[in-house]
Amino acid sequence: MALVEDKPGVLNRVASLFRRRGFNIESLAVGSSEIPGFSRMTIVVGGSSAEVEQVRKQLDKLVNVVKVSDITEEEIVTRELALIKVKATSSTRSEIIQIVDIFRANIIDVAPSSLIVEVTGDEDKVNSLLRLLRNFGIKEVARTGRIALTRGASLEERGSG
Amino acid sequence: MKKTGAQILCECLVREGVEVIFGILGGAVLPIYDTFPQYPQLRHILVRHEQGAAHAADGYARATQKAGVCIATSGPGATNLVTGIACAYMDSVPMVAITGQVPRPFIGKDAFQETDITGITLPITKHNYLVTDVNDLAKVIKEAFYIAQTGRPGPVLVDIPRDVQQETTEFIYPEKVELPGYKIISRGHPAQIKKAAKLINEAERPVIIAGRGVVISQAYNELKELAEKAQIPVVHTLLGLGSFPGNHILDLGMMGMHGTGCANKAVQNADLIIAIGMRFDDRATGNTKYFAPSARIIHIDIDPAEIGKNVPAEVPVVGDAKSVLSAINNEIGKREHVQWLSQLEEWKREYPAQEIRESDELLPQYVVRQIYEVTQGDCIVVTGVGQNQMWAARYFTYIKPNSFISAGGLGPMGFELPAAIGVKIGRPDETVWCIAGDGGFQMTIQELATVTQENVAVKIAVMNNGYLGMVRQWQELFYGRRYVDTKLWNPDFVKIAEAYNIPGIRVQRREQVVSAIEKAMQHRGAFLIDFLIEPEENIYPMVPPGESIGTFIERRERELAKK
Repeated sequence: MALVEDKPGVLNRVASLFRRRGFNIESLAVGSSEIPGFSRMTIVVGGSSAEVEQVRKQLDKLVNVVKVSDITEEEIVTRELALIKVKATSSTRSEIIQIVDIFRANIIDVAPSSLIVEVTGDEDKVNSLLRLLRNFGIKEVARTGRIALTRGASLEERGSG
Repeated sequence: MKKTGAQILCECLVREGVEVIFGILGGAVLPIYDTFPQYPQLRHILVRHEQGAAHAADGYARATQKAGVCIATSGPGATNLVTGIACAYMDSVPMVAITGQVPRPFIGKDAFQETDITGITLPITKHNYLVTDVNDLAKVIKEAFYIAQTGRPGPVLVDIPRDVQQETTEFIYPEKVELPGYKIISRGHPAQIKKAAKLINEAERPVIIAGRGVVISQAYNELKELAEKAQIPVVHTLLGLGSFPGNHILDLGMMGMHGTGCANKAVQNADLIIAIGMRFDDRATGNTKYFAPSARIIHIDIDPAEIGKNVPAEVPVVGDAKSVLSAINNEIGKREHVQWLSQLEEWKREYPAQEIRESDELLPQYVVRQIYEVTQGDCIVVTGVGQNQMWAARYFTYIKPNSFISAGGLGPMGFELPAAIGVKIGRPDETVWCIAGDGGFQMTIQELATVTQENVAVKIAVMNNGYLGMVRQWQELFYGRRYVDTKLWNPDFVKIAEAYNIPGIRVQRREQVVSAIEKAMQHRGAFLIDFLIEPEENIYPMVPPGESIGTFIERRERELAKK
C-alpha cells in the first residue's frame, strides 16, 4: 500500500517502475486518501518476500511516493468491486436474482436480454459469483482490483514500515 | 520586479552556485540563451552535439563534486541528451539537465521538434519535471538541484516550454524544499554499526570492496583509517579506483571481470566482505551464485534499494559512507591478520597486476604506464569504455583521490572526450589525460571543436588498434576468432586534430612513447597522440561471462593455448 502525492504523472511513474524492474502487478487501484493532495494506491504484487521487499524499496525511492508498506502480513480488510453484465432471459432471470441475493450483491440495471450485477467483497467472493454466473453467459466484466486498509490503528500511528 | 521564466531560471542557477553550463541551442531554448548575456557569471560552453553536453556536465560534476548542468532544445536536442543522462544515472552523478519544450498549446499535438522527454527519461532520471506554470519554476529548479545533489546523487531533468520561458512573474526563490516523499538516511543505524564492528573484530580474512560511494561521500580518510586500523586489504570496483591510494601496501587493485588475480582471489577466499558504496554490479561480482562463497557480507550504502538487490547482505548499514565508516572506526579494535596478508602477498607475486609482457610491438599497457610515469600519477585520467578503459584502470596507479573518471555502469563509447572537457573546465589546475579507443573517440570526435573554441587543454591519447577492441577480444575468446565487423578503417587522427587546430603526433614505436607524452605535457594547450598499438592485444585476466570471478583466464594460459 502506498501513499503518493496526487500530481500528474505519478501513476505513470509507479507503473513504469514495475515495467522497468520486471515486477509483475496483479492489480493496482488508486484513489484519494484521507489527506488532501495525497492518493492511496493498493498494489497487489506476486513474488518472494525478497522480491516484494525490493519492490517496496524501489517504490520508496520515487520522489512522489511518501510511504510504502508491505501489508501482506498485517491484519487487513480487502475489498474489490466488480460489475458483471450477464445474459438473462425471462426463464433465467429469477434464478440469477436468487444467486445475487445469496451473495448480497445488487442488480443495478435490467435490460431485455441482460442484467448488470454489482458485487463488493474480497477476491474469492467475486470469483465465486463469477463462476456461478458463467453458466448463464457473461457478456462483460469490469473489476476495480483490490483496495485494502489495516484493521485498528493506522500504519502511521503504529510507526510500522 | 517581474522576471521572465528564462531570467528566473538564470537567477536560480546563479543562486545554486552554477558557474558552467554545457549546451547547444535550438528554437525551444532561444529565450533562455537570449538572457545569458544578462548573467555573465554563468559560463556557457558551446558543444557540438547534445550527447557531448551531457557527458561534459557529467565529467564536470564528477570532478567538482557538484551538479553539472547541461541544456538542450526540444525534440532531437532532448533525445540526444539521453545517453549522457542514462550514464549519469547509472554512475550516481549529480546533474541537472534543462530542456526546452514546445509552447504549452502545442504539447501533445506532435508539433515540430516535440518529444515527450519527461516520459522518455522517466527510468533514467532520479526525478524529472515538466514546468507548466512559470510560478512553479523557481521551486522546481530549487528541488531539482536538491534532489540531484543529495542522498544518492543522480540526474534530474527539467523540461520548460518556450512560452513558460517567456512568461513573467514575481521571482521568489524558496528558502527550503518541501518534499514529503524524499528521504535521505545519512547516519547508519547504531545497532547495525555495532553488528558490523563485531563482524570486523572477529574476521580472519576480511576484504574491503570500495566503490564510487566512497568518492562521492569523500570518505577517503575514514576508509584509510578502517583499512589501517584493522589491517584489512582493499579491492576496488572500477569506479572505486581513486578512493584508496593505489600504492598503499593494503591495496589489491580492481576486482571483477578484468580485475587483478589477487583482488579476485581475495574476494573469493574472504570470510568477511565490507562493501562500501558499491552495488554488486555483475562486472564486479561475476556470477553471483559463486560469489565469495565463504564470506559474511556487510553492505554499506546510502540507497536502501541496493541492499539485497543483487547479493544478500548479512549486515546492511544504510547511510552515508563517511558517517558510517567513522562510526564503525570508533567501534573496532586494532587487528593484524598476519596470515591472511601474507597469503595475499603470495597471490600478488603469483598474479603480478601490472606486468607488461616482452614485445617489440607498441603495447597499450606500456603507453598507460608511461603516462603514469611521466605525470607521476599527478593527473586525472578520463576514459570511455572498452579495452582502453581497462588498460587505463589497470596500468595506471591511482594515488590521488578522485583521479579516475570513467563511464562505468552504462559504458557509453564516446564518453571520454566530452567528459574530459568537463573535467578540465571543472579542475583547470589539473592535468587531464583523456584515454580513448579509436572506436569510442569517433563517436564524439566532433567535440574537438569545443576543445579549440573553448581553449580546453586536454591531453588526448588515442589507443588506436584499428578495431572495436573489446568486442574483438570477445570474438577472439568466445566466438572462434570470427572478427565480424570489428575491423575499423580509420582516418588520420593527427590530421583530424590538425584540422581542429590541435597539435598532435603519431607514435608507432616503444621508444617514442615517453618523448611524445613529455611533448604533450610541455605544450600549453590541447594535444593529441595517436598511439598505433598492437592490434590484437588483449586485456587480462578475464573472467568469462557467467563464471565466478575466481576462474579467470590469464595471459600465460592463453599464450599456451595459442601455441
